[in-house]
Amino acid sequence: MTEAQKTAHLLRRAGFGYSLRDKSNLSFDEALTRLFSSNNTYEELYLQGEERVTMAELRKMTKEERREILDDLAANVKKLNLDWLKIMGKADGQLREKMSLFWHGHFAVRVRGFAQVESYINTLRKYALGNFGDLLMAMSKEPAMLRFLNNVQNKKNSPNENFAREVMELFTLGRGNYTEHDIKDAARAFTGWGVNDSDEFELKVNQHDTGSKTIFGKTGNWEGEDVIRMILERDETSIYITRKIYRFFVNDQVNETHVAALAKDFKASNYDIPKLLKQLFTADWFYADENQGAHIKSPVELIVELNRTFGISYDNAQPLLAVQRVLGQTLFFPPNVSGWAGGRNWIDNSTLITRMNLPKKLAEAGGLDMSFKSMDDESPNEFQQASQLKNKFNCRFNWELFEAKFADVATENLWQAVSENLLASKIKPDLPDYLKQKLTNPRPEIIRLMALYLVRLPEYQLA
Amino acid sequence: MKRRQFLQLSGLTTTAALIPGFLKAFETNLSVLSGKRIVIVQLSGGNDGLNTLVPFSNNIYYEARPRLAIAADQVLKISDDAGFHPALLGMKYLYDEGMMSIYNSVGYPNPDRSHFRSMDIWHTASNSDEYLNTGWIGRLLDSNCKGTEHAWFAIEADDTLSLAMKGSRRSGFAVKDPKRLHAALSDPFYQQVQVGKQASEQESELSFLYKTLASTTSGADYIYEKSQAKPSSASYPQHELGKSLKEISGLIQAGSESRIYYTSISGFDTHVRQAETQQRLFQVVGDSLKSFCMDLKASGNFNDTVVMVFSEFGRRVKQNASNGTDHGTANSVFLLGGNLKNAGLRNAMPDLTKLDDGDLIHQLDFRRIYASLLDQGIGFDSTQILGRKFDSLDFI
Repeated sequence: MTEAQKTAHLLRRAGFGYSLRDKSNLSFDEALTRLFSSNNTYEELYLQGEERVTMAELRKMTKEERREILDDLAANVKKLNLDWLKIMGKADGQLREKMSLFWHGHFAVRVRGFAQVESYINTLRKYALGNFGDLLMAMSKEPAMLRFLNNVQNKKNSPNENFAREVMELFTLGRGNYTEHDIKDAARAFTGWGVNDSDEFELKVNQHDTGSKTIFGKTGNWEGEDVIRMILERDETSIYITRKIYRFFVNDQVNETHVAALAKDFKASNYDIPKLLKQLFTADWFYADENQGAHIKSPVELIVELNRTFGISYDNAQPLLAVQRVLGQTLFFPPNVSGWAGGRNWIDNSTLITRMNLPKKLAEAGGLDMSFKSMDDESPNEFQQASQLKNKFNCRFNWELFEAKFADVATENLWQAVSENLLASKIKPDLPDYLKQKLTNPRPEIIRLMALYLVRLPEYQLA
Repeated sequence: MKRRQFLQLSGLTTTAALIPGFLKAFETNLSVLSGKRIVIVQLSGGNDGLNTLVPFSNNIYYEARPRLAIAADQVLKISDDAGFHPALLGMKYLYDEGMMSIYNSVGYPNPDRSHFRSMDIWHTASNSDEYLNTGWIGRLLDSNCKGTEHAWFAIEADDTLSLAMKGSRRSGFAVKDPKRLHAALSDPFYQQVQVGKQASEQESELSFLYKTLASTTSGADYIYEKSQAKPSSASYPQHELGKSLKEISGLIQAGSESRIYYTSISGFDTHVRQAETQQRLFQVVGDSLKSFCMDLKASGNFNDTVVMVFSEFGRRVKQNASNGTDHGTANSVFLLGGNLKNAGLRNAMPDLTKLDDGDLIHQLDFRRIYASLLDQGIGFDSTQILGRKFDSLDFI
């Protein structure tokens, strides 16, 4: 593996690939350093000039008023979706965005109000590269989470175990590493963890059970914070999180030896997320043959990587919502609390062909001409979104900058150079016959034809 | 270059020839499916079961829905206490012909009132606190029993594939318009890409993608061919559902080896103006189903077919303040076929005196219907799909 291939592998896995503005001789060390040093400042996701309606205010409205507002709120969630997509493509802090995408699938929440979504995603992005314990605590007190998993209904006299169960099963320990009794008493410790009228976390003292609880065999007057601390003390938590991070960044097929070693250090570091990631990205095996081209890009990874690689700018990015939908991954609409299954689950006959067509349609500024099932919880009857698919992509590729990357490459080496730029390193497709016939065409055209052929390949679905 | 020409030039006649090893890469499960094909019709949005099959002799129903209840003299009566919504003339006809079994109060424990979650539960056949990534039909495909190696074994008449049809190794085939898909895949790009691709021994992600691509092109060819062979000449309502069912009927009449067909119609989330919405949708549903069933009967295919009509949940017993109904729980499921063992109303109408916070309490787990369709319908051990034994029902 050449250094350039190693760098490309890192950028594709840890971020969303090369930026069009990256210098062509970016060294591995530079790339790695930048990955960890460029995350300190980042843009918050915030919709300017929008009215933020609290849930308390919503409740006071008549049904008709509420219905109208809810439509606005749903539209704003879509704006946030596109804003984040744009940031993922452009931001220097690639690792923060990539890790936030991971955490979004991990702490998978689906709520209506855009202010709640805004708060949720900014909390995720704030803690994405911090300490997992802090992130877990922040997420456990996030209004969107408390509502989505019914903890606002978890009261001393009528406990609701939903949050307590998922926090152990899906967010930390994993199935089989706790008892039903642990959940029951943990739920009691979380009673009263609710949301006030200003849509902020609040411990509702009169709904809170202060009695004695036994969790993981330890008895005490445990509070919610104690439960989280006790969860973090368990090795299973570090193993579960590390394994999931490994599957996201390295390979769906897990090497348990690697995971065990990483998890041990992760816990010893008190769950320092960047430290774990650095260990991952500097391990020899991260670049091993079996881990190259082994990851099927998620729809969001695919879209963002295309945008980034070609510097695509959109006059109207709305159709990208429809693309996310037909490909099975819409930001802020995970399928359920367990997030997106990922891997081969992304692929069926419809999604594969749509993926292969997408770059062509983008380049031609065409439309997808498909319909899809509307399953928004707030508006399952809406057909209007279907028209987004008929809408043409109003976008432009920055071909000049893309072509400039290959300015020094001799024509006979172009195929190899463009392939290496676009595809995972161990993949080396043959130059197709119809492109062979075009090698005498003007260079910009050859480069475009090659690039558009390559990004439509099944190979391009892999990173 | 046209696709056919390309294939001739390449000295190949079918796409399958390009990828011989891929199809052989699977081991074959020895179970042989027998019996019927299943057609699933999904009513998306949560259809209001109580105004579909109306409990017209029940005062609680009329008290709970002062403006939405269907008057007793309007319903299409099928028993002393049940009658179809007046727009469901088609359903009434099929019922009278002995082609329909109805189960009321079908649902699952701890019902979820969110559309997407409840639909996922129906699609994956999971418990309500369990999250599965594969659908019940998808797991049938994964089982590898004979026939499932064909991309066209399970077809969804839509542009995108439902979770129900997704397996971990194989998935169903989404195609809304066989002609359009065939034309799209005739782009020489798709052949060019597949030339020289060999099955590799190890199941890498890349070979998985190429396998999916190969089955997509061969599936599109097969389905297009069948769709052109004997298109149905019967008349169907001019609506997406009518079109889909007509397409499916054409494939069945052309002898397609597909055993599962899936189609959906949306718009049933009737929080407001329910009466008008239902009137319109029910006419489409009733008439389309009648056209479809009579079409299959006339062509001698109805005895081998079972149609299941379901929705992700029913609606609350009480109407709301906007002349609509809100999300509820248990619902009626309709099964249609030419050779049902026990047609008719198969259980009691919902008990409106015993509600859970204003919602129906389910009496019958929906997975018992799936179990019947699998065990009795197509002859496949349902415990392999559902993870445990659900007692079959006796409609087939």
